[in-house]
Amino acid sequence: MKKNLICVSCPLGCPIEVEIENGEVISVTGNTCKRGDAYARAEITNPVRSLTTSVKVENGVHPVVPVKSSGPVPKDKMFECMSVINSATIKAPVKIGDVVIENILGLGVDIVATNFDAGI
Amino acid sequence: MLNYDLVVVGGGPAGMAAALKAKEEGVEKIVILERAETLGGILEQCIHTGFGLHYFGEELSGPEYAGRFIELVEKTDIDVFTDTMVLNVSDDNVVTAVNNNDGLMQFKAIAVVLAMGCRERPRGALSIAGSRPAGIMTAGTAQKYVNIDGYMPGKKVVILGSGDIGLIMARRMTLEGAEVKVVCELMPYSGGLTRNIVQCLDDFGIPLRLSCTVVKTHGKDRLEGVTIARVDEKLQPIPGTEEYIECDTLLLSVGLIPENELSKDVGVELDRVTSGPVVDEYRETLKPGIFACGNVLQVHDLVDYVTEESQIAGKGAADYIFGKKKGGTFINTKGVDGVRYIVPQRVNIEGDENLKLYFRVGQVYMGAKVVVECDGEVLSSRKKVKLAPGEMENVVITAEMLKKMNENSEITVRIEE
Repeated sequence: MKKNLICVSCPLGCPIEVEIENGEVISVTGNTCKRGDAYARAEITNPVRSLTTSVKVENGVHPVVPVKSSGPVPKDKMFECMSVINSATIKAPVKIGDVVIENILGLGVDIVATNFDAGI
Repeated sequence: MLNYDLVVVGGGPAGMAAALKAKEEGVEKIVILERAETLGGILEQCIHTGFGLHYFGEELSGPEYAGRFIELVEKTDIDVFTDTMVLNVSDDNVVTAVNNNDGLMQFKAIAVVLAMGCRERPRGALSIAGSRPAGIMTAGTAQKYVNIDGYMPGKKVVILGSGDIGLIMARRMTLEGAEVKVVCELMPYSGGLTRNIVQCLDDFGIPLRLSCTVVKTHGKDRLEGVTIARVDEKLQPIPGTEEYIECDTLLLSVGLIPENELSKDVGVELDRVTSGPVVDEYRETLKPGIFACGNVLQVHDLVDYVTEESQIAGKGAADYIFGKKKGGTFINTKGVDGVRYIVPQRVNIEGDENLKLYFRVGQVYMGAKVVVECDGEVLSSRKKVKLAPGEMENVVITAEMLKKMNENSEITVRIEE
């Protein structure tokens, strides 16, 4: 099976073709540097993304405070993470780096606040 | 009248970096005047990551990047007025501002840094037929609704313009449960970063239609749909290619305009291409003592470069305040053959430091050369794998090169294919 990707390691955006057999990468072509090869392999075997969103805050200056995943999460778990985060509520005051949700979905990644809210 | 050495108009990344640099250089009385309720500027609503890779060497979200500077400002004795609107900068550097607590205030300054940023091109600037129902807004407005106010402005979305804010909002709205039906881009290429096209559109199966635009909006009280159409090489809609798309929200991500009303009032000369002030390498405008930096000077793609530029302006303002600013002989820089503009527009040939000229190209080039010339002599020529309108480039002019120039010289930067 062949899969086409656009490399995002740098602004060049090389079109990459990956040949896959039984879930294993056979060849990577089209990349112009090593980073492209690594990107393509990671993207095929275990695509991950960092997740940024917001979480409801009680007694905050604003109704929500922005958060991010402390590390990348599997791409296909993004919406599951979103529903966990969207059902959570935290209390002001909040500061940058506060852990909002620990070890989300058992992925080994925390959801942490990325802004302050001193509260009202 | 309040007396200050330096008044900074705008408390976003540009204003904060300029004020902090001036403080570091020893300027005593500094005030930042900010229109919003907090420092941080537009970064406060840019909750995605990707900021700070150059400056801090790590990937931060917008509020985190701003937060680092806010913390530094709070550690100094720089005065900050938030919720404060600057109304005017006068010819003799008196800055008039107003807020709810202090009423009308006048700040007498030795130097002023203009750091007002930019704003989004609104619907009125596009000629889209149709009435004015709710649900049509700029991508940045939607970004504020979702990320600051915790409010989703719509369920079925069409986005016009594939700039980075539009792409980022396509992902953001999708993650929050909206259906983003299509992103239309007038040009045959996207102005957004490849990374954003992949991670904001491709990841969610959102189609990007190039050479396509919105020609009509439908609906009376609330947007009900839009008609999109393909455009020809002259960017004119092609009859017969119209297609109706049902949606309740249309987001516009169709360009940014430096917010220079104050600059115009005080008579600062603007560059027709950047829509920002004409400045020299210290980021001083043609009005002595008035400096400009950040998106009010030129629209940047990376905040890291805003910080760098604003530190130059902060240093320039400090030198001006201490009477250390060198006079000199200024010559012009000029972008030709594919180079749309250059900042700074003026360079002091008596300067004894290396300096960078920042520029943008007008189209995508693969494997082209960036050639810097002066008086028919090639100063540098460098091959670039790729040049794109969305990415600001720079070339270095060394002190050595400056020494060879005279008052009639002109530095040009061009693209050679």
